[in-house]
Amino acid sequence: MTDRARTWRGELREAVGDLTPGVALCLLFLIAVILVGAFAPWISPYDEAEILTNESFSSPNAEMWLGSDYLGRDVLSRLIYGVRITLFLALIITFLSFFAGVGLGFLAAAFGGRVDDWMSRLNDAMLSFPALMLALIVINSLGSSFVVLVFTIAFIDMTRVYRVARALAVNIMVMDYVEAAIVRGEGKGWIVWHEVLPNALTPLAAEFGIRFTYAILFISALSFLGLGVQPPQSDLGVMVKENMQAILYGEYTTLYPAFGIALIAISMNVLVDWLLQRSSAKLPDEI
Amino acid sequence: MSLTEILAKRLILGLLTMLFVSVLVFVGTEILPGDVAHAILGQAATPESVAHIRERLGLNEPLHVRYVVWLTNFLTGDFGTSLANGADIGTEVSRRLLNTVILAFCTALIAVPLSVLLGLWAAVRPGGLVDRIITATSLALISFPDFLVAVVLVTIFAVKLGWLPAIASIRPGYSLLDWIRVLILPVAGLTFTILAHMVRMTRSAVLNVLSSPAIEMAILKGVPRRRLLLRHALPNALGPIINVVALNLAYLVSGVVVIETLFNFPGLGRYMVEGVTNRDVPIVQTCAMIFCSFYVLLNITADILSILANPRVRYKK
Repeated sequence: MTDRARTWRGELREAVGDLTPGVALCLLFLIAVILVGAFAPWISPYDEAEILTNESFSSPNAEMWLGSDYLGRDVLSRLIYGVRITLFLALIITFLSFFAGVGLGFLAAAFGGRVDDWMSRLNDAMLSFPALMLALIVINSLGSSFVVLVFTIAFIDMTRVYRVARALAVNIMVMDYVEAAIVRGEGKGWIVWHEVLPNALTPLAAEFGIRFTYAILFISALSFLGLGVQPPQSDLGVMVKENMQAILYGEYTTLYPAFGIALIAISMNVLVDWLLQRSSAKLPDEI
Repeated sequence: MSLTEILAKRLILGLLTMLFVSVLVFVGTEILPGDVAHAILGQAATPESVAHIRERLGLNEPLHVRYVVWLTNFLTGDFGTSLANGADIGTEVSRRLLNTVILAFCTALIAVPLSVLLGLWAAVRPGGLVDRIITATSLALISFPDFLVAVVLVTIFAVKLGWLPAIASIRPGYSLLDWIRVLILPVAGLTFTILAHMVRMTRSAVLNVLSSPAIEMAILKGVPRRRLLLRHALPNALGPIINVVALNLAYLVSGVVVIETLFNFPGLGRYMVEGVTNRDVPIVQTCAMIFCSFYVLLNITADILSILANPRVRYKK
């Protein structure tokens, strides 16, 4: 046990040593953003819904560092709460899609044969459907709510995760050490848990980053179309949409949330790139 | 297996996919709660009026019968009428489809050559300055939400400089010049949504070819670098590149929806978003079918082109 703990800590120290300044910056930024999201009620100067002035799109000033939005609310506070909602939704979506996608992908790889054939064929059929169209159809039928958004996007993501997880597991299942475990008489569950999962961990972590970014971009796009998070609640995408007119008044209100989304996504992608290069792991055919 | 057999197999698979997609669109819009009759009547729904509407729309028929009727109607170009205002969807779709096709076509015309060139340029000296700049920029661009570049472009060119219109509405009788003025910003915004993926995938496709034994042989033979790239590497990379292009043009589907909404462009994407907002089922079904068919078609094209471009398949006896 202590042995494992030491190697774990050693690996962490090694990873920190490998950080380039750019990657470290991205990592720090992500940690900061997550903290901002987690402690939004304590950090934000005002309540997100409070109307502070009757002036729309006022310029940044001492009271409101980023000015006011179209209803006269504080942009900075709304940005902080927006980050909270966006991150919260994206995290739940990614966890759900991973739980289901990795589980089913490993299952298919472990059983192989006809089970694998049918599951993969069904998955391929789902992949032939453009993601946005699927989301729009479901939202058209069920309306938009947190639950609908989370499950729809998690389902769409799951089909992608399944593909990657299955491909990884299939490659690992033919390794000598797995064969040794089979000969030893270990069950399928044991093999998946003790052999496949640990060996697929790094590429799966990278895939997690990619799916997390994708979830953020997807929710933002839906919110921007007016079909994602519904007012009075707002995420970054809603903020971009509702403050579009600010551009006409020469204010940059709508650009703050837009760049916020981009910065989070860029940091995540840089981190994923670094992770993949460091381990020289490869994700099977991304789509 | 001969080439024709492979192609025929892929085409049949494509047809099956289309069929599956149509079932999904139909089931997704019809079975899930939100009864159409209730949607039409809204607050005014009494049991009698609901029953009457259900009768008129044929909602009492079993599902598979309705599906067949719906699909036959769709294939014969009868898209039905809008639930919101009773307007014929076919007329509206044909007008808007043309606008969307123009928008997408102009984007492809610019994005495809540009991204292939950039990808090639980056692959010439991997790890060099040009490569690093192109790779880093495209990584950043991939992380941008679809609307970001367009919003920035509007801020600069429509508001600050006032050169171009911020809203891309199209009136009948627009001259070619008017069309170009209106289209520049949406096309530029849309180009950026598909450019980065294409650049990255082109780069890796070319690098893949460059690391093959045949190219190594050519290097050892002393072929000059320019000739190496254009005569030896490019023909072999052409197949993968064409595949990349076709795959990425499929991404236009979601880009078009966002960009059209942003610019208020009267195309199919905005029509569909309006349809979803108003829960106008026939409009959503029609638009979804058109977009999905385009997507599936491009995917099949990508597959077929890469089969055709693979000499090992082409010349197999």
